[in-house]
Amino acid sequence: MSKWYMLTVVGQDRPGIVARVTSVLYQGGCNLGEASMLRLGGNFTIMLMVQYDGTGDALLALLEPAVAELDLHCHIDDIDGGLHRRLDPDVRVTVFGADRAGIVARVTTVLADAGMNILDLESDVVGSEDKPIYVMHMEGRAARGVKALESALAPVAEEGVEVRVSPIDTMMG
Amino acid sequence: MAILQVLAYPDERLKQATATVTSFDDAFQQVVNDLHDTMYAASHCVGIAATQCGIPLRVALVDVSRRPNIENHGRLVLVNPEILTWEGFGVGREGCFSVPDYTGNIVRAERITVHYQDEHGTQHEVAFQGFEARAVQHEIDHLNGLLFLDRLVSHRNDLFRRKVYK
Repeated sequence: MSKWYMLTVVGQDRPGIVARVTSVLYQGGCNLGEASMLRLGGNFTIMLMVQYDGTGDALLALLEPAVAELDLHCHIDDIDGGLHRRLDPDVRVTVFGADRAGIVARVTTVLADAGMNILDLESDVVGSEDKPIYVMHMEGRAARGVKALESALAPVAEEGVEVRVSPIDTMMG
Repeated sequence: MAILQVLAYPDERLKQATATVTSFDDAFQQVVNDLHDTMYAASHCVGIAATQCGIPLRVALVDVSRRPNIENHGRLVLVNPEILTWEGFGVGREGCFSVPDYTGNIVRAERITVHYQDEHGTQHEVAFQGFEARAVQHEIDHLNGLLFLDRLVSHRNDLFRRKVYK
């Protein structure tokens, strides 16, 4: 078995989505790889590497009972991917402040220009409805060093957004 | 010089009970030398425990001095180590040669004091902090049959977030 697909699933959150989706995949002879699954805005979202011998259409057909039963939206992409291609992050960037349009675009553009490759990003809008707070954590690799990211973000920090940059020094023992 | 094979999870020998070292004879010196060679063979390795090499003895080596800007005590041979005190806690990233291709966030004490003997049996009591304290705790875990996988906290965790709101 060698063909990898990226399966995307979105649906109104309810108990049993992961169990049902992964059960039909298992029964259909699929092998599962890396995954990211989380609840976003009341929806449950899945991004899942699936190894399957058949076509993408056949994979969709396999999922159909679970999709119909749980009212899910599914999407499948052929990917040029595989396991054991992880990159270890060497920097963590945390951004928070009063929520306003454009924070993500502003911060991530500055970071990309300063050499950061984002490996993982998670963000939340917290606080209250009338005073929302935006919180974002990123981990990645700083091709030109952590100091370069700090310098590049200094002007952003002056715009009323709190920015923390910290190195991730992995202890290998 | 002998570079030992490092066992990988789920090898059961990583969980085996370890014996207190009572003899500091030539055979034991050879174990220490082999652990030394094995640790320094990998450029990023800052510690190794005998259990990782299938040797059920309470001995581990730690050396964080090859990392820049880290307070350290040089090469440590920790024989029969016992942590006496713990203080503070912090989250840090750890990987392990016995768990290839994975790193995770682990909560460890920031400062510890440890009683141990060196490779000649001399008693020491030393305070460690930060990265070095993390490495010492990781290796002592190995001697107790624990891997960092046993202590993983959620990747999407709120520990960093709490720190932000201090």
